[in-house]
Amino acid sequence: MLKILKYSFYDLMRSRWSYVYFIFYLLLGFVLLFLNNDVSKAVITLMNIIIVLVPLIATIFGVMYYYNSKEFTELLLAQPVKRTSIFLGQYLGVSGSLAMSLVLGLGIPFMLYGLLRSNAIWDFSLLLVTGAFLTFIFTALAFNIALSNENKIKGFGYAVLLWLFLAVVYDGLFLISLIVFEEYPLDNFSLIATMLNPIDLSRTLILLKLDISALLGYTGAIFKKFFGTQMGFLVSMAILVVWTLLPIFRIVHKAKRKDF
Amino acid sequence: MDSRSKLILLLFFAWSYISYGSTLEICSSCAISSLKQGVALAKDYDTLLIRKGTYREFDIVVDKPLSLLGDDYPIIDGEDQGEIITITSDNVTVDGLFIINVGTSYTEDFAAIRVVKSKNFLIQNVVLEKLFFGIYLEKSTYGKVYHNKIIGDAVEEFNSGNGIQLWYCNNIEVEQNIVQHVRDGIYLEFSDEITIKNNISTNNIRYGLHFMFSNDDLYEGNTFENNGAGVAVMFSKKIRMYKNTFKKNWGSASFGMLLKEINDSEIIGNIFEENTVGISIEGSNRIKYMENDFVNNGWALKVRGACYGNVFSANNFLYNSFDVSYNSKLNDNQFNGNFWSNYTGYDLDKNGVGDVPYRPVKLFSYIVNRTPETIILLRSLFMDIIDFSEKVSPVFTPDNLRDNSPLMKKLP
Repeated sequence: MLKILKYSFYDLMRSRWSYVYFIFYLLLGFVLLFLNNDVSKAVITLMNIIIVLVPLIATIFGVMYYYNSKEFTELLLAQPVKRTSIFLGQYLGVSGSLAMSLVLGLGIPFMLYGLLRSNAIWDFSLLLVTGAFLTFIFTALAFNIALSNENKIKGFGYAVLLWLFLAVVYDGLFLISLIVFEEYPLDNFSLIATMLNPIDLSRTLILLKLDISALLGYTGAIFKKFFGTQMGFLVSMAILVVWTLLPIFRIVHKAKRKDF
Repeated sequence: MDSRSKLILLLFFAWSYISYGSTLEICSSCAISSLKQGVALAKDYDTLLIRKGTYREFDIVVDKPLSLLGDDYPIIDGEDQGEIITITSDNVTVDGLFIINVGTSYTEDFAAIRVVKSKNFLIQNVVLEKLFFGIYLEKSTYGKVYHNKIIGDAVEEFNSGNGIQLWYCNNIEVEQNIVQHVRDGIYLEFSDEITIKNNISTNNIRYGLHFMFSNDDLYEGNTFENNGAGVAVMFSKKIRMYKNTFKKNWGSASFGMLLKEINDSEIIGNIFEENTVGISIEGSNRIKYMENDFVNNGWALKVRGACYGNVFSANNFLYNSFDVSYNSKLNDNQFNGNFWSNYTGYDLDKNGVGDVPYRPVKLFSYIVNRTPETIILLRSLFMDIIDFSEKVSPVFTPDNLRDNSPLMKKLP
């Protein structure tokens, strides 16, 4: 598995996509800091980018990589290598290189800008951690879609739809249901609905750091317990891990049974 | 004797006559071993010098102009029996005492030091612990409460008292006091022309500062931090609040400052940091808000209606989750020349003022007002999209509520 991981990783490096991605974040980081002149403000802008762009890129990239390397995968399948290790190796190679580009690309400009001396460092590291999680989650989801669809166009379509649904439509439906059912107690519902969408979940995690004062303005006891203590952070992190593991299990499961 | 030495002699006699004759010493082994005894034996303008030790006494009534001077913080222990010192005379000074264990009552407001209908009193360097009410000023005038430390152990509102309470007082200075863990740190009712300066009021159960029906007062350089509900100012006129700091008041009914029925006042140079609501405004008119910093609040300003003719200018609004929230479409307040960290406009003519007006009220804040649970959708892409569409064509938020000259650079 490690060998395949290494191979995928270097393959991506050679194909320059990782560099493009890395340079994109590097530029973004520098431009943000240059325009804002303030680390805390930049962290807020960055959050918007991370919860929107990172899933998009991870989904598209995951699907694209799977379809592109399909012939090579078939070649590997003819060798005495375990299926699990082929697919997990590829998956980890892609998501690992994406996560690395993200962390380094954003980390370097902020480091140079004196992040270590700023008190925004915790917010920033949390941002990078959630960004990395989102990369892993959405690459895994993309692999799932690609594994289930032989047709490339269909696969791409589903991947983009998935992103669109989780990033925008889900929140819209969420908002509408909150407004429609506003006469009912909605604390539990809203917390659970947040947990069901990895993008919302990572947003909540970051909100816990950035907007805690506003979140505590709501009267509900459950909200208060969730946001007012360490619990919110721990639960969100745990569910983010679950969100990463579930699609990976499905990759393994699917790969074992698939005909090529 | 020449005229000069005569004058000096005269002055000396005059001084010794006015100035409080003799000093009576109180200590456990002295002739006078209790404060009550001391007060009974003292003549007007005497000084009671209280030596270090513990005095188990309560209901000490100071009914003549005396100075109670503590030497190295003698402890006056009320043993939870009731009120400890009651001042009923003019010109009384209390200095350097350590008063503990004030009695708790549900029918009477026992205080560590109560001043009743007196003038020209001075209470300074006093430390109060385990108290019900701390310093209670009642119908008194021209006094000073200076550099005291009040540390309570209040847990519930109903069985705790206030740190410094002023009731029907005027012309009093409250300066450099530290008040912690009581119900209301500083409480004023029907008190006019009061100066409250450089006090630190923190961790109180209810309000750091609370006043009602108190006009023409000045609040300057105070710090209010982590109080149950922040600071509440109600039903008053001509208040001046300068350079105060309101910090970390978190909770659903918590605000940096609550203004209710406050008119013709000035709020200048204050800092509101990390509060759930920076200022919550209700029924307050003709107030000038200038040069304040609103930093990292949930809502910098929450305007709840019936607020007319207020002017907000030269303030910094930095990284608040919501800058301003309104619950109606009507607006008669002016926003001018503020710095908004959320402003995204440009300045082509380089005059330091943005060319596009800034709309501080977002559609999302309107939605959150209606359905509070939606707060969980804060900063989501969907919200940004509908906020943007509302910005382009306002439907739900007041149309004329905008800052026409938003600044490009933060004010110092």
